[in-house]
Amino acid sequence: MAMAPSAPVVQIDKLWTVFHNGEKQTVIHKDLDLTIERGQIVSLVGGSGTGKTVLLRQMLGLETPARGEITVLGRPAAELGKRGAASRVGMLFQQGALFSAFTVLENIAFPLRELKCLPAALIREAAMVKLQMVGLPPDAAEKMPSDLSGGMVKRVALARALIMDPPLLLLDEPTAGLDPDSSDSFCALLRSLHQSMCLTVVMVTHDLDTIFELSTRVAVLAQQKVIIHDTPQKVVAFDHPFIHDFFLGERGQRAMALLPGSPVPL
Amino acid sequence: MPTEDSLPRIDVQDTPEGRTVRLAGAWTAAQLTVPAVWAALTAQLKRLGAPGAVPSAGQWHLAGLDKLDYLGAQVLWNHWRHRWPEALEIEPEQRAMLENVEKFTVAPPAPPPSPWSEPLVVLGGRLLNLLGHAKGLLRLLGQLLLDVLRLLRHPAQGPWRDLSGHLYHFGATALHITALVGFLIGVVLAYLISQQLRQFGADAFIVNILGISLIRELGPVLAAILIAGRSGSAITAQIGVMRVTEELDAMRVMGIAKGFRLVMPRALALSLVMPLISAWTTIAALLGGMLAAYVAMDVTPSFFINALPAAVKVSNLVLATAKSVVFGLLIALIGCHYGLRVKPNTESLGQGTTASVVTSITVVILVDALFAVLFRNVGI
Repeated sequence: MAMAPSAPVVQIDKLWTVFHNGEKQTVIHKDLDLTIERGQIVSLVGGSGTGKTVLLRQMLGLETPARGEITVLGRPAAELGKRGAASRVGMLFQQGALFSAFTVLENIAFPLRELKCLPAALIREAAMVKLQMVGLPPDAAEKMPSDLSGGMVKRVALARALIMDPPLLLLDEPTAGLDPDSSDSFCALLRSLHQSMCLTVVMVTHDLDTIFELSTRVAVLAQQKVIIHDTPQKVVAFDHPFIHDFFLGERGQRAMALLPGSPVPL
Repeated sequence: MPTEDSLPRIDVQDTPEGRTVRLAGAWTAAQLTVPAVWAALTAQLKRLGAPGAVPSAGQWHLAGLDKLDYLGAQVLWNHWRHRWPEALEIEPEQRAMLENVEKFTVAPPAPPPSPWSEPLVVLGGRLLNLLGHAKGLLRLLGQLLLDVLRLLRHPAQGPWRDLSGHLYHFGATALHITALVGFLIGVVLAYLISQQLRQFGADAFIVNILGISLIRELGPVLAAILIAGRSGSAITAQIGVMRVTEELDAMRVMGIAKGFRLVMPRALALSLVMPLISAWTTIAALLGGMLAAYVAMDVTPSFFINALPAAVKVSNLVLATAKSVVFGLLIALIGCHYGLRVKPNTESLGQGTTASVVTSITVVILVDALFAVLFRNVGI
């Protein structure tokens, strides 16, 4: 992958997203710009219907914007889904999207195995390493996805997303549906993987704890644009009705205690 | 894309003090999974590990690597046969990665020994499974009886809207396909029979053969098989999806009986629709047969229609109708049975639907044979 180390991982330029619903047209994004630098953990936040998940899907090339350009790792997002895509970007879907017909180990090994190049023993070992790196015991390898708890499904899905060590990891609601305990340990896991694997992480989340605990940058979607993309401290201080409701409500106050040196206006 | 300088490489220098191995390029998953690159690297590694040599011997320099990821580290670790080399020059992150690989590389589990009793266990398991199906079907049938009694006592509480919806979906929307298949089978059958009958000059008997075989056997069975494929699978899929999405549990929590609300309307609808569809298919097949008989043997339609009542006794119609009601009931019950047994995952849903169609078609043919034996003296 020939690209300068300082080049942004994701660059979104003048993006328009329009949904057609019969005669009616709904503009979701209008001239949206967003640049994500290497090594950041960016949280996309916004009210419901502001197109956070759509933006994530567009970065993956699963959906095509009406206008504008998305460049991921120096190439157009539409080119992502080619051979070996798992080595460029990993995606953790909200429900895990594990293949229900495969065991845990086969799920994790699937992207490598499908390339039909490496020997089976090596693939198995690589998958076992990733399985244990996400904090699962080796004997979970032969389980079926239907036998796993919600937290384990997320961990297996994360291991599968990381099997080819992609530089970019996208997460859709990584802690939704997890109890506070598993949610905390999942955050800790993400943080340690982010450090040890030099990942750039983009996530969509509503969970204030996750936002404050993990993200180095927060991008707020409102009025069909990214209204601010900055450190959590600066975002919280930004004056906008959505930010006010979202971060400075009662829950926000509680979560913000996590933030070092936060300007908590009481 | 692989470029020249990012290809994973190994440079070996043999000096009197010992061997120095320098790794270069990007040892990453993206590179290693390119077949040509992988083949080249394995060849290099093989040359390095000459017979008798310790693969991890010598001085290893990893600091010159462009990039190392977990797959590359795994390849290296496996080459070292899970032992650290004697001398290693390495960046701290690379060491951390290799330490992770060391910690997490486990031996594959030994395959479980297959005991001598395994075939017996499998056989027993199958028998129990079969017994479970029989029990489930029986329970469903009993529940259906109770539900029908409840409906008779309180007809106002019945799920009538469901019933009419199912009548439409199982019956009205199946008219085209059953008519087409019936008509074509009638044409083919009449044409083949006419070829044989002409040799004996027994042209007029085509009415008897077609009449008896289509009205008594083929019409009901053909219709039942088509409906089993169409509606039996739909029933299983509908109920199975309700299981996967926890709708069945939601109904149970609300105190709504699934037998009364899900199974009964489908069973009633299908046992009502089946004789009608069967009559419809039979009529289409007779029309096809009539047409082919006219074209192939000059048996006029008016003769055909006049001769039909004499050739086929009314008891055949009664038998065909009774048979169809049973077929409809069985298809609906088998569909519901497999639907309710679906486990909450998508794979089980697919298996359940397949099993439902195969079982209902088999059962239709078995029951038809049973009818043929039991009523061999009726109507012929």
